[in-house]
Parts: sequence; C-alpha cells; structure tokens
Amino acid sequence: MGVALDITRGETLIGKRVPKMDAPEKASGKTRYIHDINLPGQLHAKILHAGVVHARIVSIDTSAARALPGVHAVITAADVPWQRPIGVAKDHLPLKTDRVRSPRDEIAAVAADSAEIAEAALNLIKVVYDPLPIVSSAEDALQPGAPLLHGEELAWTSPDGRREVLHAPSLDNVAMTFNYAQGDVTYGEAESDAVVEDVFWLHYVTHCCMGVSGVIAEFEANENLRLYSNTQVPFLHKREFAELLGIDPGRVRIIQPPIGGGFGSKLDIYPFEPIAIFLAKITRRPIKLVFTREEEFMASPTRQPVLLRLRSGCKRDGTLTFRTIDTLHDNGAYTSWGATTPFVMMQTFSSLYRVPHCQYRTRAVYTNNPYAGSFRGYGNLQATFAVEAHMDKLADAIGMDPLAFRFKNAQEPGEVTPQGMLFKSCGFKDCLETAALRSDYSRKHAEYRAKWHDGNPVKRGVGMASMLHVAGGAKIYPSDGCGTILKIDDFAHVTLITGASEIGQGSETVLAQLVCEELALPLSAVTVVNNDTDITPWDVGVHASRTTFIAGNSAIGAARKAKAKILAAASAKFELPVDRLELRAGHIVEKDSGNRFIEIGKLIRSLHFSDKAELVMTTHYYEPPSQHQDREFKGDVSAAYAWATQVVEVEVDTMTGIVRLLRVTGAHDVGRVLNRLGIEGQIEGGIVMGQGYATTEDLIVENGVVRNPSFRDYKLVTAPEIPEIDISFIETMDGEGPQGAKGVGEAPAICVAAAVANAIYNATGVRLYALPFTPENVYRALKQQARPPVWRVAP
Amino acid sequence: MSATIDIRFRLNGVDTEVSVPATMSALEMLRDRLDLTGTKYACGEGECGACTISVDGVTVNSCLMFAADCDGRELMTIEGLAASSVGEALRASFTRNGAVQCGFCTPGIMMQAHSVLQKHGSCEPADLKRTIEGNLCRCTGYVKIIDSMAEACVAADEGA
Repeated sequence: MGVALDITRGETLIGKRVPKMDAPEKASGKTRYIHDINLPGQLHAKILHAGVVHARIVSIDTSAARALPGVHAVITAADVPWQRPIGVAKDHLPLKTDRVRSPRDEIAAVAADSAEIAEAALNLIKVVYDPLPIVSSAEDALQPGAPLLHGEELAWTSPDGRREVLHAPSLDNVAMTFNYAQGDVTYGEAESDAVVEDVFWLHYVTHCCMGVSGVIAEFEANENLRLYSNTQVPFLHKREFAELLGIDPGRVRIIQPPIGGGFGSKLDIYPFEPIAIFLAKITRRPIKLVFTREEEFMASPTRQPVLLRLRSGCKRDGTLTFRTIDTLHDNGAYTSWGATTPFVMMQTFSSLYRVPHCQYRTRAVYTNNPYAGSFRGYGNLQATFAVEAHMDKLADAIGMDPLAFRFKNAQEPGEVTPQGMLFKSCGFKDCLETAALRSDYSRKHAEYRAKWHDGNPVKRGVGMASMLHVAGGAKIYPSDGCGTILKIDDFAHVTLITGASEIGQGSETVLAQLVCEELALPLSAVTVVNNDTDITPWDVGVHASRTTFIAGNSAIGAARKAKAKILAAASAKFELPVDRLELRAGHIVEKDSGNRFIEIGKLIRSLHFSDKAELVMTTHYYEPPSQHQDREFKGDVSAAYAWATQVVEVEVDTMTGIVRLLRVTGAHDVGRVLNRLGIEGQIEGGIVMGQGYATTEDLIVENGVVRNPSFRDYKLVTAPEIPEIDISFIETMDGEGPQGAKGVGEAPAICVAAAVANAIYNATGVRLYALPFTPENVYRALKQQARPPVWRVAP
Repeated sequence: MSATIDIRFRLNGVDTEVSVPATMSALEMLRDRLDLTGTKYACGEGECGACTISVDGVTVNSCLMFAADCDGRELMTIEGLAASSVGEALRASFTRNGAVQCGFCTPGIMMQAHSVLQKHGSCEPADLKRTIEGNLCRCTGYVKIIDSMAEACVAADEGA
C-alpha cells in the first residue's frame, strides 16, 4: 500500500494526507502484537503480587505450587540471589526480598504449561506478612517520625562476588529534588501590582494502552538473550538487561512487535521483564508473560500526581514580574521517570511566558502508593494547569483581557530565556491569535461572563491555555541522536532501517515520506525496518516528541548520501557533471531539460553487475545541536520548541455538575506539516486524552490501594463524548527541523485541562483547583462544599 | 480443570468443531484454540469492545460469551470480515481516513462498523458515535474513526 507519485509534475508527499503504511495490516486483524505471538515450547508466566500495602515478608512457602502438575518453575527472590535493582534510581528489586512497599510488589512468579495452571499455582503460594504502618500521602511521608520507605542502602552482589551499593539510604523519604532559580523573586514581587497565590492538586491517571503490557523472553543456545518486548527504549533496555544478567549488552537482542500503545508507559524497565528473563534462564524455555487488565492498572506506572503551590505577579500594564513554585511529588514506592518530571515543569514555569524572576523548589517523596512514570506531556500538563490558571487570575486582577495579557508576555522568535532556551522558531503569537479568532474567544468570554447570575442553570464558558514543549529532542542522555541505514536494492526498492520505534504514532510513514522526498520515489518503494536491535542502529527511544525531528533528520541524511552515490554513478556513466543531474520519478534526468537518462533501478543493477561491483547502502547518524543543561538546569536542551494555544468551550450543568466539552479550537506551531492526516490524528487523539485527564479519568488510590483497576470504574472518554475539534497549523518552518517540521506527539494533550478549568470559571465564576472535573467534584465546588487543596508540607 | 464440551458452529463460513472447557470464553477459544488472533483481549469484562465478534449477525463481546454458547451459531471474526468485499471497503476507508494508529482496538471497531452497515441505519456522525460507544480507543480521539465509518456508510447506501 503506497501512494503513487508523479514527480515529473513536481509533486511532493510533504504536507499531503498520507495513510499510515501499517494501517491495512492492522485493519485486517493480521498484525501480530506480542499477545499474538507464541513460540514453540513456550511457557506462560504469572506473578504473585503482594496484595498487602506495607509489610515485612516473614515467610514464603512455594512447595504446593511447585508440586502442581504443569508447573515448571516457581521463583522467589531467594532463587535469584544475583538479581539487580532496576529503574531510574536503582531502588527497586524485581522480586522483593524481605519487604513489601506496595500492593503490586512482586513476591513470586510461576512458569507453567498454561496461564490457567500458572494462575492456579499462584493461589497455592503461602506468604506470611508482618504489617508495617502505611505512608499514604506525600505530606505524611515528610512528617517527623514517618516510617522510612527506603531507609536502608540497596547493594548488589555480582555473579563474580563483587558488591556494589546502587542506592543510598533515604533518611527523610525524599527520593529526588530539583531546585531552580532565575533572577530575584523578592525583587520581582516588590515591583508587582497584583500577586496571586494558590495551591493545586494534580491527580493520578494512567496510560490505559489498549494492548496490555507483555514480554516474551528466550535464551538462545549460546546463552544470548532474545526478548520480544513492547519497550519504547530498546537500546537502553539492552543495557539494563545485560547488567541484570552480568553479560555483555551485545548479547541481548530486543525485537519489538507492533505495539498496542505506549504514551510513555514503556519508557522504564519494570519487574515483570526481569522476572520473565529469570524464568527463561531457569526453565531454559521461552517465557511469555502478559498482564491482565487489572494488573495493567495496578502494576504499570501512572502520571505523576503533584501538589503544587504557585505564587505569581504582574505589573498594572500586564508585564509578568515573578513566579515562585513549590511542588511535592508523590513518588510512590519506587523511583521511575515520574520523579524527573520537574525537569519539564520548570521549563514551563521559566519560559512559557517571559518572566524575569522565577524560583522553583520541588521534592519527590516515597509513599506506599503506585509509582509514577512518564506519560505524554511529562509534567507539563501539571505545570501548565497551574500557570494558565494564574494567567487568567492575574489578567482579572489588573482588569485586562486574558488574551491581551498573554499576548503581552508571549515569547517571540530569537528569544533566549533565562533558563537558556533559544527559540529559533516560535509561532506562539500566531497560535494565540489564530485560536482566539477561530473560537471567537474574546466576544464569548465577555458574553458568558455576563451571564453568571442570569438564572439559567446551564452555563457556557470559554477557556484558553497555551503550552511550550520540547520539539527537537531533549538532551538528557549522553546522546540524543538516531541512526539510519538505508539500502537501495537492484529494483530501486528502499529499505529504511531506523533506530526509531513505531508505537502507533505513524513515524514509519513520516520517515518514509522524508526519504521519498530526497530520492524522488513513490511511498510504495519504501519499507521501514524498525524493530530489531540486532539490525537497527542506535536510537535513544520514543519519548520527548523527538522521533519525527531526530529520526527524520537522520533518515534525510542517509537518503542524501544515497542520492549522491547514485548521481555520481550516473555522472560517470553519462559523462555529465553531477550538478546537471537530478532524480525524478524513479529516473535520473537532466535537471534543466527533464530528459530521462535511465531508471534508478537499472543504474543500480549496472553497479551490481559491473566488474567493480558496488552497493547503494548508506548510514547516517544525526545528533541534534542541543545542549545538556548544567547543574543549575540552564542550557538549550532541545533543538526546537513547539507552541500551541487551545480554546475550549464548555457547557456546565450547575444542577448536576456535568461539564461537557463542546468545542476545542487548537492552533499548533508544528514547524511544518509533513503528513496532514497523521498530524491531525495525533492532535485529535491528544486532545481527547487531555479531555479524559480533565473530566473523566481518576485512578483512585486509597492508602496505597488502587480502588478502580478496570475500565468499568476508570472512565476513558467514549466516542459520543468527544467535542467538535478545530485544528489550525502554524507553520514556522524550523531551520533545523526535517523539511522544517517540529515534534508534536505530546503537545496536544498538554493544555486541555488548563483550558477547561478556565472555561468552567468563565461559565460559573467558580475556580477549581483540583482535578478531575467529574460531576461530583464540580458540583461540590459549585455548592462551595469542596475542600480546596492546601499546602501543609513540612519544610 | 473443568469438563470439556464438544461444540460445532460455522466460523467465517467454515464448519468448525472444537472441544472446549465449559468455562472457556469464546475469546479464548478463538485466540488460543483456533489461532484467530485478530480478535483482541484488552479488558476481559466487556467494557472496551476490542474483542467484538459477530454471532448470528449480532455483535457481542467475545470475552463475555462462553465458548460453549457458540454451539450451533454462525460466527464471524475480523479475519472473516477482512476477507469479504464489505470488509475490504471498510479497511480501505479506515486506512484512507487515518482511523488506525496503534491498531489494537481497530478489529473490534471494524466489526462494530460492519454491523452498522448491515443494519442500514443512519450515516449521521452523531448517530455513528453512539454505535461505537462501547469501543474504547486510546490513540485516535475517535474523530477519524467516525469519518471512516461515515464514508463507508454513505458508500454502502449509494451502492444499495
């Protein structure tokens, strides 16, 4: 399935509505996700989760489970004394040794002939626990005398007997801190004419990938590990698993089947993956481990919940003066990427609008709650929620129109922010103008506000919010690059071998388009290989909205090298200078006249069959020109930045608290549209995900226990609930971007909740400081029965 | 393990006999016994629609149906739909309109879309939205799914 292209007419695929290359296969039910793959001789594995929240493990008796027919292995921590801590802070053992810190904690695992037998065996394992006091919130974790969750060091002894301390004790339950400052907030506050301060609570939500987590682990005869995995970071995983086994990373091969959704949930290593590997090593059989939906809710990461205090000010003319931010992150029982979300949050605080003075203090603290990972937008939804509420409140305080207030403080191209970000391209003001114009924001904002007390119980409101996000990678690891291998065969068919993974976002189609653009070939001439670390070159993974930008530039680089090679061969063959030749519609032509010399395929065949045979096969590695931030978190961390403004129009039924989204008007600076169909789909999906965050989704956690681990009780937005969506693209043609494009994956989800909060205020005159806006929460707030979040955090 | 039951049914146009445990779901039978993996497990409690199949022309969540209850019935899965002309038209429409992202919910939604076409109901987007309210999609935001269904619906009406 590909789009034919007549390049003789100067056609291009860039900006067109190009269907996803994998869509026909997926829509036929033929795509084999990890769930659909079964290897000969494979065993099925299940994990025994603790079920208790916080306890000492007194004893584990697996004898009855081991005796069950069909069971091949039962393992506990005692069976893998060489297991190594995993995750961002190396504070997490896959199988727990002496202590449980969360109900999802992995105690034992079974490999059996079928999932049913494995499940039955779990029920035969007897564990005796000695309960410990529960730390149920981040505030409680900081109280003097609070039980310590990781008060001991965590050491690891390698197979060759080397002892290594991987995690230092935390004597105050603080897992991670980030502190950032620019300017002098005391001075900024002193010159303010209006100051507001509020506390916000950003709740737990989770990814809800339609394809639950799963893995198949297998050892080859030479003890190399082969893993079929849904990971978004295959190359980082290679290293993690090699460390876990004490083997060379070159002996780990990761194959990624098509993935049933990622959204950041598959950015870290989780206990189920090492557990499958342990079982494969012990049984010497392939081990398939796939979660149930309940496990997916319980034992996969969440978005980072945050308690946030924001104080900000402005002058009478609308100039922002300062911001002071304190955040407290509920880290949960172990440290995953959620703890590092302040890294992105501070970017929004310091640089979404021009603000000279800004101070940010934060702690992520251990509790007995679920642990948080990365999730589309990575902290930015939380930060934007607070900042954009204050933009409305400050505008109100000085009697300025919220749009004009934003316009006054909006960033422009060329700006270098105090945090060191350089906005080479910046369509922020265009986003503000376009979204406001297309939604009729200013008129409606005034009109709805005038109707607060008109007696009609059903109110309407409009709310605006904007966002800034990295859009040219994010230099967090030593490299933020991506490699491409490009092979053109004797029929001019291109195999594009890229390090970047496809997780549903459509990257393989965009990469193929970029290559077609360079080589003047139709899309049907390109196959993308992106799923096997033994074949694909290095990439740092699918995150930070980086794939189109980084992998795109890498693919273009490889294609240009191939083009040069082909033109050089043609130049020699036809005795014409290279600069008079061009590729067009599968042919080599003379640039000025358009005269065709030869088909590309025929030329390549002549190379293969010549006495000095040669292949057209090129490689290219693209490393973005971004910087690592310094110890003060200053530096230009991305090669480009994306902007967006969204206006949400809502209807609030004040009798029931039901908030309906009527219309979302989004204006997105995407650099340049590469695939109009794909980018629309990304933005629509992101908006509806943001709608869920704002209105329906709530992972209810009580004393460490997830109370609603099912789609029956955790409400995703369904088709009849979606708003009308109006999207405009602001094309800033970013100089570094592939064909001018910038990353867009996370952007659409970021401002929805903030805009909805502003819209509810515009409709009712009541501001909500805690998510989600469920009917009950909204009703209580409208009736002034809601307890707003308070900051009672120990210093 | 529970007792097994011998059942016979017509599956994607082919007479099929299988012996299943009394407690096995139709979804498990399709995926684990008959290697028809196009039908997806995503929740196991009838809330997401990823496992939608057609039984005697009516869509059901196969995770909630006992395999034993398939006895004597006429079943169609995504594999059967994909092999038909209406399935081909739906697949083309879903592809052309960008309705597929990760694709995990797609087979279930295609089965539901097919059922809508069979019923010759309204092709209005507002009505089509309601027909898939039992199908969860985490990627697309549903917009392009509705576009695809509307296009296929109008085309089917014009063809009829």
